Amino acid sequence: MAVQREPAASPRVTPAVEFRNVSYTAGDTPVLRGVTLAVQPGETLVLLGRSGSGKTTALKLINALLMPASGEVRVAGQSTTAWDPVRLRRRTGYVIQETGLFPHWTVAANVGTVPRLEGWPPDRIAARTRELLTLLHLPPDEYAGRFPHQLSGGQRQRVGVARALAADPDLLLFDEPFGALDPVTRTEVQREFRTLVASLGKAAVFVTHDVREALLLATRIGLLRNGALELVETPGNFRASSHPEARAFLECLQ
Amino acid sequence: MTPAEIWRLTVEHAALTGAALGIAAGLGLPGGVAMARSVRTRGIFLGAAGVVQTIPSLALFGFLIPLPFIGGIGKGTAIVALALYALLPVLRNTVTGILGVDPAVRESAVAMGMTQAQLLWQVELPLAARTILAGIRIATVTTIGTATIAAAIGGGGLGVFIFRGLASVDTAQILAGAIPAAAMALLAEGGLTWAERRLSPY
Repeated sequence: MAVQREPAASPRVTPAVEFRNVSYTAGDTPVLRGVTLAVQPGETLVLLGRSGSGKTTALKLINALLMPASGEVRVAGQSTTAWDPVRLRRRTGYVIQETGLFPHWTVAANVGTVPRLEGWPPDRIAARTRELLTLLHLPPDEYAGRFPHQLSGGQRQRVGVARALAADPDLLLFDEPFGALDPVTRTEVQREFRTLVASLGKAAVFVTHDVREALLLATRIGLLRNGALELVETPGNFRASSHPEARAFLECLQ
Repeated sequence: MTPAEIWRLTVEHAALTGAALGIAAGLGLPGGVAMARSVRTRGIFLGAAGVVQTIPSLALFGFLIPLPFIGGIGKGTAIVALALYALLPVLRNTVTGILGVDPAVRESAVAMGMTQAQLLWQVELPLAARTILAGIRIATVTTIGTATIAAAIGGGGLGVFIFRGLASVDTAQILAGAIPAAAMALLAEGGLTWAERRLSPY
């Protein structure tokens, strides 16, 4: 007797990150309200919003630095509440504006942090560190032995990015990483960043309040306002959007 | 007041100080780490250690004498009293040092996937080391001075000369106690200051 099978669901890639009706409150104050969103592998989703719009909170919900008050954040198809936070974070690169480089460690030691935590053999860590420093235009012979305070702001951010990439994470999170740089360096690093992320083919979530940066780096832009996700559009459609908050941001471009 | 006696009491003085500091560091370092994690315990214990600090030292030695187990006349009581004094600077500087770590550094350590133990040993303690050592230095120098009072309750040490000299109005006796104690304090100050500088890796 033939077994009746249900028709197979259309093949769908598991999103790298998925927000399902996610809310977050700090004390009594709602920070995120019912955010639903999916980020596909290979995509750079930029969360754009003013200060206090909840974009940093959204980012911290992805690597379990925060947990949602309601709803669910899924990474690679698994809820962040079900992930071992240490495992989740080691496969997720994280770069912040202040860099958070370890001031007592050399550039090489900083870049090798996650591989070392993961117990890679030292020669593999050394090779990976050299590879990444070269990739980020920091010649290892010159920079590997320096300490973070001996670097310029742009160089520190590059080290931060190298550190986030070290263990070849599946997912990259960026919280205004270039916000503290001067305009010339920022543009330079943004261009490098775009090429780099495109070549890696990883999923990335990038938080910024700079609409120029969002349009330059995003495959899609998610617009946050008062904790609500108002709009998710490609940069092209975003430019043409009539949404008042989108218009407010686009006016900054004049 | 032979050279042999000066030497014997100096060694005894160093032993009293060392034992008290050992206890203070043994309790103060893990205690400080725990307190850096919890606001409530921080208030209670730092407050209590602060109150102990305000008790005049001679009185504290007196208060401890009638207590069972830790009290009585002699070295044990003296060491307990000295350890109580040394505890506050060690505790306070451990807490201050750990809380002084840049929040962005701590956050990125957690976000890299460090466990709590890795965060403590690889990031917080190395970055707090100088502040913690400064606390131990302050505790050491004050304990060397305060330990002269131990002689009042039969604890021995260089205070024996000082109390004897006070009783017999003999300046030479007083100096035989005070000079080695001062030299010991200066030596400790210099050595630990040097170590603090050495601990600055960047």
